Amino acid sequence: MTAKIRSIASAAGHEAQLDLAPRPAHGKLTITEVGKIYDPQGAAVVAVSDCSMDIAAGDFLAIVGPSGCGKSTLVNIIAGFDNLSSGEILLDDAPLATTEQAPRPGSDRVVVFQNGALFPWKSVLDNVMYGPLVQEVMTHREAKRKALDLLRRCGGLDRVAEAYPAQLSSGMQRRVEIVRALMNDPKVLLLDEPFRAMDTVSKTTMHEHLLEMYHVCRKTIVFITHDLEEAIFLADRVVVMTSRPGTIKTTLDVTLPRPRTAALLASEDFRALKAKLSAAVHEEAKRAFERGEREQA
Amino acid sequence: MSSVENTVSKPHPGKALVAGRRSRLRPPNWRGSVAVVGFFLLWEILVRAQVSGFAQIPSPVTVVKVLFTSYLLDPGYWESWLTSFQRVLYGFVLAQLLGIPLGLLLGTRKTFNYLFYPVIELLRPIPPLAWVPLSILFWPTAELSIVFITFIGAFFIIVINVHDAVRHINKEHLWLAQSLGASRGQIFRRIIVPSVIPSIAVGMTLGIAVTWNVVIAAEMIAADSGLGRLTWEGYVSHTGPVVIIGMISIGIAGYLSTLVVDWVEKRMMPWKTR
Ligand SMILES: Nc1ncnc2c1ncn2[C@@H]1O[C@H](COP(=O)(O)OP(=O)(O)OP(=O)(O)O)[C@@H](O)[C@H]1O
Ligand SMILES: [Mg+2]
Repeated sequence: MTAKIRSIASAAGHEAQLDLAPRPAHGKLTITEVGKIYDPQGAAVVAVSDCSMDIAAGDFLAIVGPSGCGKSTLVNIIAGFDNLSSGEILLDDAPLATTEQAPRPGSDRVVVFQNGALFPWKSVLDNVMYGPLVQEVMTHREAKRKALDLLRRCGGLDRVAEAYPAQLSSGMQRRVEIVRALMNDPKVLLLDEPFRAMDTVSKTTMHEHLLEMYHVCRKTIVFITHDLEEAIFLADRVVVMTSRPGTIKTTLDVTLPRPRTAALLASEDFRALKAKLSAAVHEEAKRAFERGEREQA
Repeated sequence: MSSVENTVSKPHPGKALVAGRRSRLRPPNWRGSVAVVGFFLLWEILVRAQVSGFAQIPSPVTVVKVLFTSYLLDPGYWESWLTSFQRVLYGFVLAQLLGIPLGLLLGTRKTFNYLFYPVIELLRPIPPLAWVPLSILFWPTAELSIVFITFIGAFFIIVINVHDAVRHINKEHLWLAQSLGASRGQIFRRIIVPSVIPSIAVGMTLGIAVTWNVVIAAEMIAADSGLGRLTWEGYVSHTGPVVIIGMISIGIAGYLSTLVVDWVEKRMMPWKTR
């Protein structure tokens, strides 16, 4: 892993290092009493309510919760795709989203979506170069060099730089998407169940790639998932959301050391954390299920 | 740890992938050839046996004879081809040139949509051939009225296809482009337009087929030239072989146009591997 980390580090323009990169200066997210009501005049679906969390710059936060509990809604609000109905979100102490302020997406918060959103009509390379080119912060040549470099170090993806997304496996597509996000050097990386549709083996590879990336170019990461093991394995902190309306039920601090490797999955500490998280989540799932039955009746 | 990399997929260089497209050519299908020969044989037999209904229908041998003796070398025959092709070309291309921007506007501009969509919905269900009389009254020349009817045949199809595609654009693509800093104009040019290209292709495929239908019918009704007219004159003058020659010519013409449209569509969508 060490050689690999060094090479990613130099590609991203960081000092080669074996320790976890220091906290970045930017990327502190403060989410205060955020609520979201869809269609307030009509059906008034309360998707998220009274949701507060503080995410320090460079933290890796995972959010787990039953399907439909408002996880994507929260991500979309942070990303600026949707407005919030109450509360506020600050990025580095500056207002990012408030009830007065219209949503405003920006390249400081890039999302990797659950179904994948590479532009199918662009080659891998063009997808990755899209951000810097459209913002005109790099010349074509600079963008190409950086893109190929990042692609190469994320598992040799530069070999498929000229291919179209549809020609890649879903695992490769997802890695390209993460590289595309990283190209913009975002303060916050929002990953909305990026590995949802993947088999366990591919997932493990993806986790390694993601952790290596995090280890070197550390950024604030909000990672949404259904998979409890995934959440614990990757994150510093796991937040459990309740079923609709989504609020925060519990927060679990993951004190496992970094760099993390697959060997960790078998450790006693890991299993203890998983048991704790499972208990919290299953209680919530059961409540959601019972409430669903009541609504049906 | 890095030994696991690339278990996700076989490593394959993108260049080779792009170049290695499967060829369209299929191995020759001998059963198909037998069936085709059988078809013509049966036809010949039915005509020779004077089965009822076949009394006025020429045999394939007669058709081929007439074709070779008085058509293949007749410039008038080829002029009919040219005339029909021109009408299809003008009508079809005009429909794309006006229809694609209109569909894009309907999909992206709310006010424009409120103003014009009802009119389009009102006119769309009218079959192109129902426009024939009005068109003849309106346009100064028969040629213009036929091109207009042909245009109508492809126009609404492309408008509706493009409009629908704009409405169903993957919103995550739009969001991402916004996130990555694209301006409205850039989103339109780099995201919306490429997103609707597959639907433009569908609209073109449907449109070219309708266009040939329409042009042939319009020629039979309202023109004194073209392949449709040729076929119709064959009927009016009781010359069976001409009717068949006309039909076959129209079939070939339609097929050739489809090939051209397919070729154009492939160029429009290099990212579609098949
Ligand atoms: N545009 C919308 N209008 C109305 N209701 C919506 C809208 N988008 C989402 N919802 C509802 O809000 C709730 C939360 O949706 P969201 O997509 O955030 O859930 P999620 O936790 O991401 O679920 P999943 O795990 O299935 O992705 C759901 O009940 C959903 O039906
Ligand atoms: Mg979701």
